[in-house]
Amino acid sequence: MADYEIPKLNPELDVPEIPALEPDKMAGLKPFVAAPAHQEPLGFPGELVDNWQQVAIDKMGELLGKYRSLQVYLDSCVKCGACTDKCHYFLGTNDPKNMPVARQDLLRSVYRRHFTFAGKYFPKLVGARDLTEEVLDEWYSYFHQCSQCRRCSVYCPYGIDTAEISMAAREIMDAVGKGQKYCNEILGKVLKIGNNLGLPEPALVDTLEGLEEDIKMDTGVDVRLPVDVKGAEVLLITPSADFFAEPHIDGLIGYAKVFHQAGISWTLSSYASEAGNFGMFIGSYDTMRKAALRIRQAALELGVKRIVVGECGHAWRVAYSFWNTLTGVGAGADDPFGQMLQKQLDPRYPQPQHICELTSDLIDRGALKLDKSANDHRVVTFHDSCNVARATRMGDRPGGQFEIPRKVIQSVCANYVDMAPDTIRQNTFCCGGGGGLLTDDLMEIRVKGAMPRMQALDQVMNENGVNTMASICAICKSQFSKVLPYYDKPMHMIASVHQLVSDSIILGAKE
Amino acid sequence: MPIEINGKSVETDEEGYLINLADWDEDIAGELAKSENVEMSDSHWEVVNFLREYYNEYQIAPAVRVLTKAIGKKLGPEKGNSKYLYELFPYGPAKQACKIAGLPKPTGCI
Repeated sequence: MADYEIPKLNPELDVPEIPALEPDKMAGLKPFVAAPAHQEPLGFPGELVDNWQQVAIDKMGELLGKYRSLQVYLDSCVKCGACTDKCHYFLGTNDPKNMPVARQDLLRSVYRRHFTFAGKYFPKLVGARDLTEEVLDEWYSYFHQCSQCRRCSVYCPYGIDTAEISMAAREIMDAVGKGQKYCNEILGKVLKIGNNLGLPEPALVDTLEGLEEDIKMDTGVDVRLPVDVKGAEVLLITPSADFFAEPHIDGLIGYAKVFHQAGISWTLSSYASEAGNFGMFIGSYDTMRKAALRIRQAALELGVKRIVVGECGHAWRVAYSFWNTLTGVGAGADDPFGQMLQKQLDPRYPQPQHICELTSDLIDRGALKLDKSANDHRVVTFHDSCNVARATRMGDRPGGQFEIPRKVIQSVCANYVDMAPDTIRQNTFCCGGGGGLLTDDLMEIRVKGAMPRMQALDQVMNENGVNTMASICAICKSQFSKVLPYYDKPMHMIASVHQLVSDSIILGAKE
Repeated sequence: MPIEINGKSVETDEEGYLINLADWDEDIAGELAKSENVEMSDSHWEVVNFLREYYNEYQIAPAVRVLTKAIGKKLGPEKGNSKYLYELFPYGPAKQACKIAGLPKPTGCI
């Protein structure tokens, strides 16, 4: 199946033990470099510029001035070692450069050389390095072996966030003309067409009409999936994978049934047909803002009162943590359009709201009729997606981002089991495909990085008969569909949370 | 890495997808299938031909659900599911079948 070794699972342990080190084991793994056609639409140089060292150092200086956190993270590491065994990529590859501290040091060493007194005059004493071609190669390799999942930062006594360092490194690489094909090609499609797939409006409409037929055939009820409906109450912003892939599309059908049964008018937008925002993965605030502004424009044009976000992990981070200043959803933007949107949106609802929050509220109010027995053939566990778990919240209580999805699942499934505590909630292990790594050219790191999650899953499959793992992230769903078979587990055991809702919801007139 | 066939040389990208969609013909599809270790049967051709028809109309590959439904109509309802498509194209119907059909690689969180 693969020309590399698939890591072995040890069902005795909740968390894999620290492996024997294999230095530079993954040094050869690099994603495809973006072509000029992928770079230039984002405003990045088409290929490596001649004076790239200088451009890189200047960019680093710019970022240090812009993001105080970056400098704090680069300055404050004391090499205590708490992070070393917390990264799924380290545990799965044995490569010490995949220890979070070592990954940070790839950038930190160059930072010290150019931005600290000791590094300028006594580089060898403080581990400072010049930015050579070999160092750039190392950056390109190992900053694309980080899914920006932030598990290491939970354990760091100083709270150093490796994700932010990896975002900065990618931003510097884009600035010198060495971007990653997967992310940058996709961002080009978002800015041109409106979604990661490059799905144009006629194809979107055709796909949604097909789904309406399917639901009618399954249930006998006319459930709509509307597009570009002016005056709808809710604008649903969901990952475009929900239109395309499985099991994502079963989740989309679930959202439609929830809106239908609750009597909420809603619409998708063909202009803003993507929740995902890879601008965050590449650390580019400008690109992230451009993608987010499409959503604001759609919301203003359609005149909606609420914005709801579908099952997408990093999208919920962008929406929850950044939309306020990027777009004025919530509060924060101080430009005229941002203010216009703040006036337009209904203050009685969270803006934005996660689809799990919406469904959970409806369940509390008794607005949905649910038949748990429809999921009796399932024993379900929940995979916390990293961006939701460690960068956002749901509801109005701390930990709502853990409780609300579980509550929704348990409202529609009788059999639910959590995986080991060190592998869920804020300690969750990444699926292995996040942060811009969900591409075929990085399959080896994706398979190896999935190992800690697979081990925890293996335990509940063996001990509790779990046969379904539910998730609220498009990347997690696609990644698991791909890697589960490498660990001899069925591809179809990964499910959308709203797929479980979809199967249990009873459509029709309310009592 | 160009594909050489019938004295013709056809450009592909670093992942083996055709650069120029107009270069595609059935012989090239056969070569692409060989490189994927897929042995083309009539059912494979049904999928490939449907992908090309859909792409001509919509400029994008169909969603997996659209594809399974179309194949169910053509080959019988018991074959209209993604499990069957994975039997035909083990690396995944979206990417592997698109490659053989000469279409661009689908991108995104898929």
